[in-house]
Amino acid sequence: MYSVHEESPAVLTTDVFFLYLLPPIVLDAGYFMPTRLFFENCGTVLWFSVVGTLWNSIGIGISLFGICQIEAFGIQDINLQENLLFGTIISTVDPVAVLAVFEEININEQLYIVVFGESLYNDAITVALYSLFKYISQMDQVDSIDIFLGTADFFVVGFGGIMFGLLFGFVAAFTTRFTANTRELEPVFVFMYSYLAYLLAELFSLSSIMAIVTCALTMKYYVEENVSQRSCTTIRHFLKMWSSVSETLIFFFLGVTTVTSKHEWNWAYIGFTLIFCIVWRGLGVLVLAQIINNFRTIPFTFKDQFSMAYGGLRGAICFSLAFLLPDTFPRRNLFTTAAVAVIIFTVFIQGITIRPLIDYLNVRRTNRKLMTINVEIHSRAMEHTIAGIEDLCGQWSHYYWKDKFKKINDRFLRKVLIKDNRPQSSIVSLYKKLELQNALVLLDSNGGISGAPSLTSLQEQKPTKRETFLPEEVWSMQELLSKNMYKIRERTLTYTRHSLPNETRTKEILLRRHSTIRKSMRKAGTWQTPAAAKYYSLPPTVQNLQPRLRLRKYSLTGDDDGDDDIASEINFPPARPRLQLRAKEPRRALQPPRNKLETVNEVRTDSRRTPMVDYENRGGSAMSENSKGRGTGTKRALTPMRQFGLFNEQGLKNKEKEDQMEMEEFRQEALLAAISEKDANIALLELSSSKKKKTQDEVTSLKREKDRLVQQLKQQTQNRMKLMADNYEDDHLKSHSDQTNHKPSPDQIIPPLLDLNQNRSKLKLYIGHLTALCQDRDPKILQGIAPPTSYHHDDRAAWEEELQKMSLEQLEAELEKCEKESAELQEYANTVLQQIADHCPDILEQVVNALEESS
Amino acid sequence: MGAFHSRPDENDIRHLADKTGFSVEQVEILHRRFKQLSRDEDTLQREHLYGIPDLECNPIRTQIVAAFFDKRNFDKDSPQGTVQEIGFEQFLTVMSHFRPLKLRMTEEQREQLRLEKLQFLFNMYDLDNDGKISLEEYRHVVYELLSQNPQIGNESAAIADAAMLEAATICMGQMEPDQVYEGITFQDFLKMWTGIDIETKMHVRFLKMDNTTLCK
Repeated sequence: MYSVHEESPAVLTTDVFFLYLLPPIVLDAGYFMPTRLFFENCGTVLWFSVVGTLWNSIGIGISLFGICQIEAFGIQDINLQENLLFGTIISTVDPVAVLAVFEEININEQLYIVVFGESLYNDAITVALYSLFKYISQMDQVDSIDIFLGTADFFVVGFGGIMFGLLFGFVAAFTTRFTANTRELEPVFVFMYSYLAYLLAELFSLSSIMAIVTCALTMKYYVEENVSQRSCTTIRHFLKMWSSVSETLIFFFLGVTTVTSKHEWNWAYIGFTLIFCIVWRGLGVLVLAQIINNFRTIPFTFKDQFSMAYGGLRGAICFSLAFLLPDTFPRRNLFTTAAVAVIIFTVFIQGITIRPLIDYLNVRRTNRKLMTINVEIHSRAMEHTIAGIEDLCGQWSHYYWKDKFKKINDRFLRKVLIKDNRPQSSIVSLYKKLELQNALVLLDSNGGISGAPSLTSLQEQKPTKRETFLPEEVWSMQELLSKNMYKIRERTLTYTRHSLPNETRTKEILLRRHSTIRKSMRKAGTWQTPAAAKYYSLPPTVQNLQPRLRLRKYSLTGDDDGDDDIASEINFPPARPRLQLRAKEPRRALQPPRNKLETVNEVRTDSRRTPMVDYENRGGSAMSENSKGRGTGTKRALTPMRQFGLFNEQGLKNKEKEDQMEMEEFRQEALLAAISEKDANIALLELSSSKKKKTQDEVTSLKREKDRLVQQLKQQTQNRMKLMADNYEDDHLKSHSDQTNHKPSPDQIIPPLLDLNQNRSKLKLYIGHLTALCQDRDPKILQGIAPPTSYHHDDRAAWEEELQKMSLEQLEAELEKCEKESAELQEYANTVLQQIADHCPDILEQVVNALEESS
Repeated sequence: MGAFHSRPDENDIRHLADKTGFSVEQVEILHRRFKQLSRDEDTLQREHLYGIPDLECNPIRTQIVAAFFDKRNFDKDSPQGTVQEIGFEQFLTVMSHFRPLKLRMTEEQREQLRLEKLQFLFNMYDLDNDGKISLEEYRHVVYELLSQNPQIGNESAAIADAAMLEAATICMGQMEPDQVYEGITFQDFLKMWTGIDIETKMHVRFLKMDNTTLCK
């Protein structure tokens, strides 16, 4: 203990604190300041932070000085300057806990921003006051001219800091304009310039906090548009992490100091400090709010004022400032003790009780979470209206200034500072963000995707079927989907000093591979593609949406008529066309699904099937006129779908079956895309704001949805397998009927038989690969599943010879046998695959290779 | 309307202030502005409003101006149709939709104010006054809102569609396939605004100070 006392606290020196620990904290606050809200309430924020801090500092300082005059307490040696200095230290509020609570309960924006802004700016003011008073308190004699100079200095320092911040903010924004080729360096610029602003302001003895905060505020808007999504995420995360580290470190010191350092406990001084802190804060808020209420359109109610006053927690900075008082200071230990006491009291008592208190008071809340596109449109319309009305009646408010700033911004700043200068309306960006969600919701809500349980799934349904996946399962699936399959590619990546491996490329490879596998599977299933027109599965949607989709050029067919026809008739699932929009954020986040859509989705369409897709994907909430017209078609098209479960092979026309097959394929792809989208969305949400509970809830719900989709996908795959098998069977049934009608020659039967055999041997090969893999990995996997008997005898040449000699009846029997065997093999392969997926998903990559080889 | 347009006397002003909820000073200031806009005429015409330079860059200028000449916004007796010119009283009544919230108001009054404000907004969308915002009308507004950005002109229709779809989902829940969502009714409109305190947002600060001289 003693050695700790000797060394450890000394680590926190003035330099360390001001150069390394403080900048991240304020940078974080500045960067994450909700800009729009801040400027809307700029006056109030500044009023509370500047005047409020002065009020508190001077109030507490002077009243403590008054206490010091009482002889009984034995603290008469503390003079006015020292008291003022201490008052300054102790009036730094640091309401992290309060802000967290406010955020969680969606407190009204005005209150939130005032507390937030106050915490930000009062750091700057306290630090400035701190140096001022420290300077004064070390003088023997204080002249009035010194005070005057100090005050003037206070303002010069502040404005100087702001200027530096603006300068570096713009420089940083300008720099990131040219970093398109070195994305990995983008975050560095942000941190570097902010820190540079801080250091330079410090060098010129200007307010470094103001500089770094202004810098962050200025650059944020432009930088976030310039940098890539990843860099943006990195910046945000890094800032958050950095500031948390700083704060944690300071609290470490606080803890260590509380335990080890020499305390000077003076009941009177510490007790009165605590009382004055509370009293002056309360008074200050009350008085300042009364004054500012006259100028505000939405005044602060008493409840607001109470929350504000009660939210005055003291934190890391307060402690650091007290701790960093020079050793020569006579009562340094007393001050430190008092600061620690106040911090502990406010953080623990006030911090813990504020939530129930706010709940009890029922402070006005705003619903900030629910952002629908309607609301965004209406709010924008309203803002414009208000600006217009203000113009009309000749009144200016912040809307006026906002308009003016926007004009300047659009005309000059954006052109210079932003690389890809497309003015972005918040409506559009929100739209893009929302339609992703929309698409998922719609895709998800259409019960149709798994509405009709297939025969297979019904048979296989175990009595105790789990509804959701366990987290581990989900995790393993994610792993399986995102990592394992392209490990090989990753290995060959080259290392460069300043760049990261580009994962999108590998993802694309993965997707392409996936598509080839799919094709090969299709081939294996003797599933012939008819000569019908082919479309990429994303033709344009309704008339008016047409121009915004750049998809038509992908259309493979030259058949313009059909294309147009379909284009005008079809309303495609919103999930997919929308992905084509040039959305800045979502697009980046959604690279995988988009790639997939472009590479994989080659699907035949026909006008009868597609309305069904449309109907289902729109979740039945289609609203335009053509939906009405489609109604009947939809229903007709839906019937085979419903029957699918009770599969009636006679009743189904070949055409319809093909449609169904495509339908299945389409759905599978849709599901795949949806899952990737969910992943992307989850990632987006997780990255965007980690702190909010609401977001976490959202993430959990998204994950749940994803799990459901994954399950659907599983089922869907089964369905398709089944369908493929059935289709196959059916083809042959047809050949049967052909036979009865006009006696086909054996030559007509032999080719399909050979085909079938080839397919069968392929399957065998495949199964061989699979089992070998499993044996390598863990023989247990294959326990309890024996290959069908047909797997073992394989004598192709002999069989073919035999075939030539067989009679018609024998051939037919052989055909049936082959079919049965194929089906068995297929089943077995599926089981093995399932086992692999269940037990060791990591060898799935090899499985994929095996698949490719066998095809 | 009456003779007070040229020189409103105390009583008229007080009467108007009572009726619209403005203070007497505000009414006077607004009257001065009215005069300035109408170039000392008794009535205001559309051209006068279009002539305001600050309004030039407002994307939904037409709707704003139209709102002033829309009978729904000031004429309670026959809330239909538009007029060609408005007097000061109408001008003031339209303006009164943008009054800020007072500190002491009962819940009922708040609710009333909210409804009024939302009705005003709703009327701006609902051009043909059939009580519904049809898709066409919605598209029109969105188009205008986004008209400043030439690059996204085509998307505005899509956005409006999406918004409409969203509105349908919010308001109707799951619909039958052959059911058609004709448009956003005022009830639906209210539903969409649930939880958003418009009364704290939709307001203009009517100063007590006269700064009409500063305006062009």
